[in-house]
Amino acid sequence: MKRLLFFIPLALFLFLAGLFAFQLTQPKDEFVRSTMVGKPLPDFELDPAAPGLAGASREDFTTGQPKLLNIWASWCVPCVAEAPQLEALEAQGVDIIGVAIRDRPEDVARFLERYGNPYSRIGADEISEVQLEIGSSGVPETFVIDGEGVIRYQHIGDIRVDDVPRLLEELEKAS
Amino acid sequence: MRALALLLACLASIAAPATAQQAMPPAPYAYTQLEDPALEAEARELMLTLRCLKCQSQSIADSDAPMAGDMRHQVRTRLLAGQQPGEIRAWLVDRYGDYVSYSPEVSETTWPLFAVPVLLLLLVGVVLLRRLGRQASGGEVT
Repeated sequence: MKRLLFFIPLALFLFLAGLFAFQLTQPKDEFVRSTMVGKPLPDFELDPAAPGLAGASREDFTTGQPKLLNIWASWCVPCVAEAPQLEALEAQGVDIIGVAIRDRPEDVARFLERYGNPYSRIGADEISEVQLEIGSSGVPETFVIDGEGVIRYQHIGDIRVDDVPRLLEELEKAS
Repeated sequence: MRALALLLACLASIAAPATAQQAMPPAPYAYTQLEDPALEAEARELMLTLRCLKCQSQSIADSDAPMAGDMRHQVRTRLLAGQQPGEIRAWLVDRYGDYVSYSPEVSETTWPLFAVPVLLLLLVGVVLLRRLGRQASGGEVT
């Protein structure tokens, strides 16, 4: 009996070592997901991100129709990669409202000129306040907002070609 | 010389996207302390226990990421508006989950963190009492 007791620390050590080895081989999810999904969009009002554009506010999301809220910036490289997918979504009749993070009006204008403008409105978020309010931790991120202004889905990172059907499905679910 | 110029041009092209997100001036309270030293001390204490979402092993007090600056701005302006540090932490936890806070709260997932040390201490206490008891009663002396 006494002898067996001596093996307890060894067994514990092996168990922990095994646990660590297992966890170390697991891929780490580096994204911090928003815990705002399912909650109403917080109140906000942003000025237009460039001359000639419309600004964005919470009211734009409570029109009864589900929309996409796209967090992006002209300085963000993956945002260039997702531009064609946003165009494709817009071509399918999706209303996309942009929030430009820490961006200069001239840079926003140049980006839209070069990569197209799929947005119905773009608000300027100079100090990431809307981004922090909705629990977004990077650019680009895309949120599905239902017609009552409730956040329904969060997509982290650039929208790839195979993400488009998923977003359309989530928009369908939200309507 | 030409090679050096080429190298510099290459480096500049790599560095450009990294600096572009700093084209805008930082948020007013990102790098500016609050005037009231007591309030600033509170802000600093809070900022040291909030995780930077961009560089996740740093606190927002330590990080130079633009997003950390924007989070410091929120902390300082909210304190200035009369909010308590606990409220500001809760506001962030509501949005990002427990992960954003370096100071763990007792919750459904974190209770073992608090329970295990207490249980271990109890166990040690029991073992110690039994051993001492045995010695006092003149039993086996080791």
